[in-house]
Amino acid sequence: MKFQQATYEDDANDRYEPHLAEKDQTTVETDTSLPDELTRDEIELPELSEPELARHFTRLSQMNWGVENGPYPLGSCTMKYNPKFTEEIAADPAGAIHPQRPDETVQGTLAIMHTLQDYLARIGGMDAVTLQPPSGAAGEFTGISIAKAYHRANDDPRSEVIVPDTAHGTNPATATMAGYDVVEIESNDKGQMDLDAVRAACSEETAALMLTNPNTVGVFEENITELAEAVHDVGGLMYYDGANLNALMGRVRPGDIGYDIMHYNVHKTFATPHGGGGPGAGPVGVKEELREFLPNPHVRETEEGDYEFYEPAQTIGKVHGHHGNWPVLLKSFAYIYRLGDEGLLDMGEKAILNANYLASQIDFEIPYEPFFHEFVASAGEHHATDVAKMMLDNGVHAPTTAWPEIVPQALMTEPTEIESKDSLDTLAAGFNAAAHASDEELHEAPTSTSARRVDQTDADRNPQLTWDAIDQSAGEPADD
Amino acid sequence: MSQHHTAHGTPYAPHDPEATAEMLDAIGVDDVEELFAFPEELTYDGSFDIDAHTERETKADVGDMLAQNDDLVEFLGRGHYDHYVPSLVDHLSGRSEFLTSYTQYQAEASQGFLQVLFEYQSILSELTGLEIVNCSIYDAATALGEAATLSSRVRSVSGDRILIPELTDDRHRSVLENYADGADLTIEEFAYEDGNADLDALAAAAGEDVSMIYATSPTIRGTLEENLSDIGDIADDHDALFCLGTDPIALSVIEEPASVGADIVVGDASVLGMPASYGLGLGLFSTREDFLRQIPGRLSGITEDADGNRAYAMVLQTREQHIRRERATSNICTNAAWVALRTAMHASMLGPSGLMELAKTCIDEPAELAAELDAIPGIDAPAHDRHHFREFVLETERDAQAVADGLQDRGFAVHVLDDHELQVCVTDTNAEHTDDLVTAFEDVAALEEVAQ
Repeated sequence: MKFQQATYEDDANDRYEPHLAEKDQTTVETDTSLPDELTRDEIELPELSEPELARHFTRLSQMNWGVENGPYPLGSCTMKYNPKFTEEIAADPAGAIHPQRPDETVQGTLAIMHTLQDYLARIGGMDAVTLQPPSGAAGEFTGISIAKAYHRANDDPRSEVIVPDTAHGTNPATATMAGYDVVEIESNDKGQMDLDAVRAACSEETAALMLTNPNTVGVFEENITELAEAVHDVGGLMYYDGANLNALMGRVRPGDIGYDIMHYNVHKTFATPHGGGGPGAGPVGVKEELREFLPNPHVRETEEGDYEFYEPAQTIGKVHGHHGNWPVLLKSFAYIYRLGDEGLLDMGEKAILNANYLASQIDFEIPYEPFFHEFVASAGEHHATDVAKMMLDNGVHAPTTAWPEIVPQALMTEPTEIESKDSLDTLAAGFNAAAHASDEELHEAPTSTSARRVDQTDADRNPQLTWDAIDQSAGEPADD
Repeated sequence: MSQHHTAHGTPYAPHDPEATAEMLDAIGVDDVEELFAFPEELTYDGSFDIDAHTERETKADVGDMLAQNDDLVEFLGRGHYDHYVPSLVDHLSGRSEFLTSYTQYQAEASQGFLQVLFEYQSILSELTGLEIVNCSIYDAATALGEAATLSSRVRSVSGDRILIPELTDDRHRSVLENYADGADLTIEEFAYEDGNADLDALAAAAGEDVSMIYATSPTIRGTLEENLSDIGDIADDHDALFCLGTDPIALSVIEEPASVGADIVVGDASVLGMPASYGLGLGLFSTREDFLRQIPGRLSGITEDADGNRAYAMVLQTREQHIRRERATSNICTNAAWVALRTAMHASMLGPSGLMELAKTCIDEPAELAAELDAIPGIDAPAHDRHHFREFVLETERDAQAVADGLQDRGFAVHVLDDHELQVCVTDTNAEHTDDLVTAFEDVAALEEVAQ
């Protein structure tokens, strides 16, 4: 596909326009009713008119790739189309309210929260769901904090969390944040968790095992029942990372196959926009025996059929200053309500169909199968980064690259259900152009994007992070 | 039946039967069910019992649910604030290239968002006076948690105590406790005197084992702190980090954090860019350059591309979880980038003079409202003899909950703090209702006299 991203280049200055740093910054002196000792002297910021700003931000948007520009097969990120009507629902002034109003004045919001808790519990096979965690990683931190509180409540504090070597980086990082030592298990030749290794690693120090399923190479952990038994036998808990829930939708429920705690990435599975990095939302579901550890406050229905917040008896406390990312949750609720059982089931089916079809059309090796909604191809002789850059020239976004490490030069690819056969063919053509390119062609790429290959080494070695820092850094060598 | 109906599955998957057949053929299976390679006994054969709806039905039904919320004029703050957001912000932040993108892993195709994030960092850095601003934490409370763990990583002397104001919002304290627990930090409170830090109490509490001292301005009770430099000095004396919790709008007029010795600045930057949204936030996280390699979250920086042109890229990703895993500075991945984009847009629309005008509204309006309420018998406002920003505490002779209930009956929401304390927040978006609020307060106070 022919593709050319926008550029607005100022030849004289070798930089992309528009750029506010070189605009006249206006200095305004402070003039308030406050005493001088409480105030600063001045601030200096760009002063632009609305037409200038409208053009500035419109041009910048043209220099950015989104789901509506074309295929965005970022593995583990589930880049679906985000239905427009959910934006209108999220903008409803009736929901745009303050988070500390008395319960009786926000019955509509609480009813939606309660219904969403219930929907997610049914989808995950869990007994109770909190909506408070503001991201998937925050959901992990919530879930592992719940596990920690549970073990402490049993006078059985533990020190270790087990993860596979293919885990999302957030899993081990979360375990560390919660104060646990991380025990990493090497994957077996099927790309799955080695049952014997897990059994050997399980002990009375095991607080939890964190495992997404299908795992990050897209393969279902066939020993999941035995893995759960091994962990439960030593008193540990099973944590499900919900990043890959799209693959199981309606066919397998984490709560039915041995998991005790899970998070849902509603911005992935339930199609809320990723916003250039966030905000998302990471609700957490738990089994009955963990219900009272959920974050404070939690929504429940009263005997009169109203809704209220209450404090769970053994709550871990709060993981967000308010009730989480409400507009995101509201969009996900609308999406689930729109699709219903049939739509949800169908979406998972199409996601798997698409991943498998795309895989059949590309000329890179895929070491681990059978895979579900995503696969990890190997760039082989090429660098995954080079392949990614060349794909950008072909009117498609690149997959997630260079991870997990069990696949050399990994290309982690998740097309999601939204792509048609035609657009999957376009995507495959992007892969294959890179597969058959010469080293020279690969190094040249990309040529069609707003910027050519960026110098990442210089960006790290000489960090220029604000207008004031431009060209003023001393160029100290990076220490890593 | 319309193609937009879900009777045949998701409306967001463009598969016709012919193409599906071709795809299955290419894969080499007869039925898509063959692709679900999991042990059969794990199959869930129940249903979710969730009906499908058309787009029109969904909008109508969700709208009806939301309409059950009472229509109140809110004078609420305490960590979540409403300001007018110019239409440009909604329209341009809603451009799908921004809204539907994700993290800028492929910098070459993501220059637009990277530049906006760089602009966000630059604007906020000008306000904090510190060199580094990251691309966002979730909200003010989680940013405070990250500040505490940063302090335990960077401090040269080991120390496990964090000192926080006794009037720290319970919500923030609770979040902080979860972060502190994992890092083996303990939290202690220091006393406040009439809405400002009690320096003697703070000095007495400080010691060599203190990793971080947290203070706020404006405080959760709306007072502006008058002792920021002294707090910074006390932190310095003990080699503790000084973390200042503040507000980007207030920062356009109050003392620059860098000038009072702040090492870390946290707060909720969504006050610019997001209207009231039931608590969605944007965690501001700003710090000194010394800590660059230890900070959590993403950074956008300037570099060059292969043609020698200025370009943007994410910087020092080796700090982050996707590379460093269990040794990462934080587990944060998805953040609040889109809110940061909106903040940059709103701040740019205001410019330096507009930002300062908005800050002045947040100083003058509550002062005027407090004076009017103070004139009502049975009300003492503000409770603290301090300068205020956006909000203030007032004392009621009558039971505070009864006063708040009376106000709610008249269509107003305020905070109830305890038996005789209310808190009121006024900004540009509710200032036009202050006269009505004063009248309602007068009514409610009069009710009390009748009752006696």
